[in-house]
Amino acid sequence: MGDNLFLILLGSILVNNFVMSRFLGICPFLGVSKKVTTAVGMGMAVTFVMGVASLVTYFIQVYILDTLGLQYLQTIAFILVIAVLVQLVEMVIKRVSPSLYKALGVYLPLITTNCAVLGVTILNITEKYSLLGSVVNGVGSALGFTLAIVLFAGVRERLENSSIPKAFQGFPSTLIAAGLMSMAFLGFQGLI
Amino acid sequence: MEKYKKVLLNGIINENPTFRLVLGMCPTLAVTTAAVNGLGMGLATTFVLICSNLVISLIRSFVPDKVRIPAYIVVIATFVTMVDLFLKAFLPSLSASLGLFIPLIVVNCIIFARAESFASKNPPLLSMMDGLGMGLGFTIALTILSSVRELLGSGTWFGLNVLGANYPKALMFVLAPGGFITLGLVLATVNKLLGLWEKKKKEAA
Repeated sequence: MGDNLFLILLGSILVNNFVMSRFLGICPFLGVSKKVTTAVGMGMAVTFVMGVASLVTYFIQVYILDTLGLQYLQTIAFILVIAVLVQLVEMVIKRVSPSLYKALGVYLPLITTNCAVLGVTILNITEKYSLLGSVVNGVGSALGFTLAIVLFAGVRERLENSSIPKAFQGFPSTLIAAGLMSMAFLGFQGLI
Repeated sequence: MEKYKKVLLNGIINENPTFRLVLGMCPTLAVTTAAVNGLGMGLATTFVLICSNLVISLIRSFVPDKVRIPAYIVVIATFVTMVDLFLKAFLPSLSASLGLFIPLIVVNCIIFARAESFASKNPPLLSMMDGLGMGLGFTIALTILSSVRELLGSGTWFGLNVLGANYPKALMFVLAPGGFITLGLVLATVNKLLGLWEKKKKEAA
């Protein structure tokens, strides 16, 4: 299993990067990537939530949904677990680092509706990963998300000061810049 | 009647969820590789929006404020599960190509945003109309986007060969970067057109 886990990790960070090739977690990617520091904070919060969510949902799937034959309740069960987890993380960050809490602002509760989190937990089940594999995939995907969002925050800080035609200001130019970065990530495609 | 029409058009034009509010970007970018997928995703989301807006509007008066978010999520997830099962049973090929993004309708910010900002404050019929308008706005946007990508990327439209067999396929438009770039260009075009339209309206006035 050793090399397998490494492949999962590498694959989830670079080859199937959540933002750049799977299109998951675009909202926070576009919303929080204005400054590098907030991007790092957001990445850390998401990494934690995704790691824990992968662990918890694995147990729920195997011991509750599969045993009772309730697979069709997967979506509902998973989203509720994630909502509770996010609430927990929010309370912890508020206590531990009020400045980070302020910086993340509205995006912290929004992790609940970050499709990357629900996406990774469902992917873990459809790809039939083991317990360890699920957690590695969860953390790896979140690290990939963090990598993309931090790199892109660097790009956007530069973009801020350039003069752009009026129709392209705001989202259009941001999306095109993201497209160019996504092309760079396509280069990892043959890695595995 | 006038009120309903206004709410309906609001979702399609003034507050188009994709072009004006820029919400729900993940499915917008991910499933628009072919026009059929874009249309299917749009209609599935429309169904969920109408139903969840109706139910949330019906329960708005007795759900305590503190637990409203989990309550909304459960309502939305229920309808998404229904769509998921329906597509698996009757349209297996569409279900396979949309894949992960069907259960992910739950976390589409459009649905949640409408529940929070419209359905929780308005009567049931009006909320359904809002769901229909927003859903159609989303469907139209997805269909435009996916038509452009399918046409440029594979030379077809809804599976029909439009540009002929000799068309050199620009594969990039079907891949991930094409999604970002096409959406950026379409958004810029919409901005430009709306800018021109408003200018014209001002000159006329």
